[in-house]
Parts: sequence; structure tokens; C-alpha cells
Amino acid sequence: MATHSAGEHEHHPKLQHHFYSMGQQLEASILGMWVFLVTEIMFFGGLFMAYIVYRWKFPLAWEESSNQLNVYLGGINTAVLICSSLTMVLAVRAAQVGSRIGQIVNLILTIIFGSAFLVIKYFEYASKFEHHLVPGAHFSYVQHHVVNGVATEMTLPYGSQLFFSLYFIMTGIHAAHMVVGIGLMLVILAMSWKGKFGPKYYGPIEVSGLYWHFVDIVWIFLFPLLYLLGFHFGK
Amino acid sequence: MSATPTERHSYLDAPYGLKAWLLTKDHKRIAMLYLMSITVFFAIGGMFAAGIRLELLTPKGDFLTADLYNKFFTMHGIVMIFFFLIPSIPATLGNFLIPIMCGTKDLAFPRINLLSWYLYVLGGVLAIAALALGGVDTGWTFYTPYSSQASMTNVTLAACGAFVAGFSSILTGFNFIVTIHRMRAPGLTWFRLPLFVWAQYATSLVMILGTPVIAITLVLLIAERSLGLGIFDPRNGGDPVLFQHLFWFYSHPAVYIMILPGMGVMSELVAGVSRKQVFGYGFVAFSSLAIAVIGFLVWGHHLFVSSQSAYAGMVFSIITMLVAVPSAVKTFNWAATMYKGSVTWESPTWWVVGFMGLFTIGGLTGLFLAAMGLDIALHDTYFVVAHFHYIMVGGAIMAFMGGLHFWWPKMTGKMYSEGGAKASAILVFAGFNLTFFPQFILGYLGMPRRYHSYPDEFQVLNVMSSAGASILAIGYLLPAIYFTYSLVKGVAAPANPWGAKGLEWTTSSPPPTFNFDEEVVVNEPAYDYKPSREAHVS
Repeated sequence: MATHSAGEHEHHPKLQHHFYSMGQQLEASILGMWVFLVTEIMFFGGLFMAYIVYRWKFPLAWEESSNQLNVYLGGINTAVLICSSLTMVLAVRAAQVGSRIGQIVNLILTIIFGSAFLVIKYFEYASKFEHHLVPGAHFSYVQHHVVNGVATEMTLPYGSQLFFSLYFIMTGIHAAHMVVGIGLMLVILAMSWKGKFGPKYYGPIEVSGLYWHFVDIVWIFLFPLLYLLGFHFGK
Repeated sequence: MSATPTERHSYLDAPYGLKAWLLTKDHKRIAMLYLMSITVFFAIGGMFAAGIRLELLTPKGDFLTADLYNKFFTMHGIVMIFFFLIPSIPATLGNFLIPIMCGTKDLAFPRINLLSWYLYVLGGVLAIAALALGGVDTGWTFYTPYSSQASMTNVTLAACGAFVAGFSSILTGFNFIVTIHRMRAPGLTWFRLPLFVWAQYATSLVMILGTPVIAITLVLLIAERSLGLGIFDPRNGGDPVLFQHLFWFYSHPAVYIMILPGMGVMSELVAGVSRKQVFGYGFVAFSSLAIAVIGFLVWGHHLFVSSQSAYAGMVFSIITMLVAVPSAVKTFNWAATMYKGSVTWESPTWWVVGFMGLFTIGGLTGLFLAAMGLDIALHDTYFVVAHFHYIMVGGAIMAFMGGLHFWWPKMTGKMYSEGGAKASAILVFAGFNLTFFPQFILGYLGMPRRYHSYPDEFQVLNVMSSAGASILAIGYLLPAIYFTYSLVKGVAAPANPWGAKGLEWTTSSPPPTFNFDEEVVVNEPAYDYKPSREAHVS
């Protein structure tokens, strides 16, 4: 870096050579993450578009299929994710005020909440496989349920297979984003462990937090759109 | 400029060897890596074009079988669009010039820039694998339900290739946006930026907003093919036309990913060869953004005959015609810039003039196709083929070649053969018109696209077209020869061979690794040619 004229700039060890200052570096990384999240919105946007078109085409199938989902597990998962967002933002705050312990504790909690979400999702998926609700050759429109102790049989309307195709793709891609997020948190945790973040340098933990909140918000949209249609209770 | 002028310290002389190049974070080296890889894909795509034109020499399908012909035009489209045109100007000239034009040392995220090249290569390898395993026959548009249900070819592999290459495009756009927002040199305000940067900014917006939609669309297609999640499967109530909407929501704006950077190159070249400030700077800058925005609202004109309502068709038709307004603003402003400019007929000028002619024809025939009544007659004929080749080859590739000739001395530090360059520009212009103008007539007469045989009466025009294609091929082969020759035996280029304005001409040719020896401060508007022009007039 012979061309770098010394003296005018702060020389934080984390300042990359092509930035003038830590402030510019932080602003660039935060804008970068927001731009990336815009691309993510458009990515999920295609799915939401398909959802809108088919829900408009098959309103009854959407309602009946939504009733096949487990609203309790979905609700618990929503709460779990909101908690993880809280611990995430606390971790960012801890970095900004220079508390290493605060970062570590909150990041570990975030990872635990994120993993709990995936475990619950696993059990939900497993039950869909058992009930032949996975689209494809084994999909069954005829469903057997026990209502008030009486075994009943019902037939899902035409279009239900589309609902479950979208259900699996939307929640599947969301879950893939959760896996990436947890991986990211492990990296950030390792950096926090080594005490890399402080009031002067917290870009990576802040932008990872933005990503985490985004994945959380996607679920906040998915939950009502997939789970809360029609009458789940007392039907 | 340098403290030790005898010692060269360009980015090309920095530590070299395979490892230094493959792990480089220097935007200029990544631009050169891209340049080499897109040249390979241009050659591959060109060979398919040659196959198509050979087949169409005769009315009977006697060179390629119908199935093989389907694969030829599909692979021509996939390779040329996803692996040549979309990365062409942004990833090479854009990558090289944007940090320099912004007066900074590198793009905001150098490692992500390198990642984008690797993703591009990975996508390319997948596409070539699809090719080696027998090709794809769906057309580059991958329309369902043929692609999802019927085609027995390597659709999944090719779609994966396009998906991965899409991310390389997203990362390029993302890097440009952050760089242009956050990395400009002190004093370099938005309205002092070169128009190339404005055009790249508009392109990057299309890249980050459009490309994710094709990504998810391809995911849905792959999921339908491999997992049986039948989103577009009519048997489950799925709608194949939804695929077309999602596909064109990206793929129409993708046309602007190809042409907008070309327009940016044109603005630089027109100012550079006329030694004059671009006429109506603000209008040209904002017309780029207008094209990017309006470009997102016109995809339905690809679905005029796909069960779209007449009302929707009307709306899309009107908005499509609106795109002509900002495009015309640009064309007229370039012409006004050249008017009474000190135009010299150096090699970039020839490409500039060629671009303006071909792009105008391409743009005007676009208006024919935007008119719904006419489009129903011309849809899926050679008129459409000719129209988009005038935009993509006559527009985007002419601009790319012009830009390459303009900045080659800066990129490599070598001068190329002026005579060769002029010959190439003339051959490309003549060959291009001979190839594609007859196709307008063929389309008007009703010859449909994507067939390997045709009625005898179309043969004369088809032979003209194939003959033009061979001239075009020579026109494109020439630069490969004299550019390569210039690397070995070329005369060393001065810092500013064209006497042009712009930050890139203030640093040495080729630039040092960090672009400038001193930190840049800008205190003049873009294209500040006034003093030299006054000098010229007096």
C-alpha cells in the first residue's frame, strides 16, 4: 500500500485498503446487505406471485389445505423466530457497546432458537409425508382424520396439490435460508469469541443481523398466508 | 506521475502466474478473466449460429435433423444470452472502468467480485455439460409444459447453469450499486459522473431486481422436473402461462441488461470521438433510469398470443411504446453531440456510427412489434428474430466492440492495428445487414422461426442471410487476430491516446494496481472538453 497517504486516515486493523475510513466501510457493507435483501425479496416475490394467482384460482382448495397444516406448531415456530430476532438485535447492541459476553450469550441463544425452528419444521414435514400430502405420485386427495374421537374421511378439493407444492417450496427455501443463517451465526460467534467486535468495528455482526431479521420476516408473512386460512377451530 | 517513472507498476506487472490471477481481487484482472471467458462462449454460440445458417441455406432440412436443429437454436440462445450478452459489457468494461471512473481503488466488495466470476464459470461448465450430454431442445425460453413434462433432454442441467450464472450477474450489479453510492472520490458528485456509470447503475438495478425472479422461476422448473412439485402442471390445476409471466418479468428487462450498458459505452464514445460535451447530460442520464423502470412494465408484450386478455395486451402495448421515448432521447442526443463536433475517423468512431444506424432500425421495428394487431401477424416469425438481433447484435455487440476498441489501449497498454479495426467495423456492419435485413422480409412474408425447413420461395433471402453471416463471422474473427497481435507486438499506448476526458485517461496505460498514484479529487464536470474545443476553433 505504498500509494496510501498516511496520517489522514484512521488505521484500524480491519480497514480494507480500498476504503478511506471505517465509516465508509461500514456504510458500504450495510448498503450492500440491504441491496442483497432487495434481491431476496424479489426471489421470494416470484413465489408470492404464484401463491396469489393460485389462491385466487382455487380459494376453496387453499382453505381446506391450510386446515391440514398444524397451526400450533406453526404458531410456536413464529414465537421461536421472534425470540431469535430479539436475541439477535441484543447481540448487535452488545457488540456496539463492547460487551463480549453479551455477544456470545445472545448469539448462542439465536443459534438455539434457529435450530429449534428447524427441528419443529422437521416434525411438521414428517407428518405431511405420513399423510400423503407431499405432491407427486404419492399425493392423496383423500385424508383421514380423527374428529372428537370419530374417524372421518374427507376429500381435498382440486388444486390442493398446488397448495402443497407451494407450501413445500416456500417453507423449504425459507428453511434453507435458516440453515445459511445458522452457519453465518457460527462464523460470527467465532469472531465474537475472539473479541473482534467493538464500538469501532461491528459491521459483520450488524449485517448478519439484518439477514437474520429478513429471514424472520419472511416467516412472518408465510405463517398467516399458509397456516391461518379458513376455520382451523371448531369446524 | 509516479515517483520512479522508469519502473513500470501496472496491474499487469503485479505478481503474476496462474495463482495470482485466479485468486486476484483486482477488479481489472477480474475484468480480463471475464473478457477471456465470454470470448470462449461467444465462439461456442457463434458455432451454433453457423450451424443454423448452414441448415437454412437449403429449403429441405438436409444438414441437421429437426431434433438437432431444435438443439442448435436452443444452445445458441442459452449460450449467447446467459453467457455472453448479459455479462459482456458490465462484467468486462464495467468491471474495469467503474472503480476508475469513480476515482476509487477497487469495487466495494472485491472478493464478491471474484466470486461472481467463479459462479459464472460454474454456470458455464453446467451449460457445457448439458451440451456435451446431448443438448437441450426447449428453446432458450424453457417454456412449460414442454420443458417440465415432455422434453427428454438436459433441461435441468441447463436451467441449473442459467440459475448459477444468474447469481454471478446479481453479484456484479450489487457490487456496482454499492460502489457508485459509497465509493465515489471527493468532489465526484452524481452529476459529474460519466454517463457510462449512470447506464451501469440503471443496468445494475435491473440485474438485482429482475435476476432473482428468473432464479426462482428456474427453481420451480427444476423442482417440477426433478421432485414432481408441479407448480406449472396443468393436471394439478397449474398454469403454464404463469411460467411465461415469471420468465418474461426477468427476460424482458434482461434485454435492457444487454443494451443499457451499450448505450453507456456509446455516450462515452460519442463524446470522446467528437471532443464535445454530451448534449443534454441530464436527459441522457435519466433516460437510462427511465428505460430501466419502464422496462419492468412491458413483459406482457411477449404474451400477446398467450391467452392474455385484450385489455392487458393493450396496456402492455402502450407501455412498450413508451420505452421508445427515452431510447430516442439518447439517440437524438448522441446525434446532437456529434453535430459540429470535432469528429475524427479513428476506429471507435466507425463502431459508433454503425451502432447508431443498426440500433435505430432495431428500435423502430420494436415499435411494429409493440403494436398488438401487427404483432399477432408477425409473432414467432423471422421479423422478430431480425428485430432482436438488430438490438442485441447490432446494438449491444457493436457497442461492446466499440468500447473494446476505445479502452483496449487503457486495458492492455497496447495499440492495435487501426486499419484492421476499420476493416472489421465495416465487415461487421455490412455482414450484419446482409444477414438480418432479409429476415425482416422473410418474417413479413410469413416464414416462422424455429423450423429447419421452409418453402422453396424463401430460399433466395435465406441464402443472402447465410452469406451475410459468413461475412459477419470474418468481421468478428479479425479483432481476435489484431487484438492478440497487439498484445505481442503492439506499440505501447500513451495514457490518453484519443485525447479524451475522463478519470480513466488521467492514469497510466495500463493503470497501476490501485488505479491512481495519488488520491483523486474531482472539481470539474464530466466531458469538460471546452478548453480543447476552443483551442480547436481558434
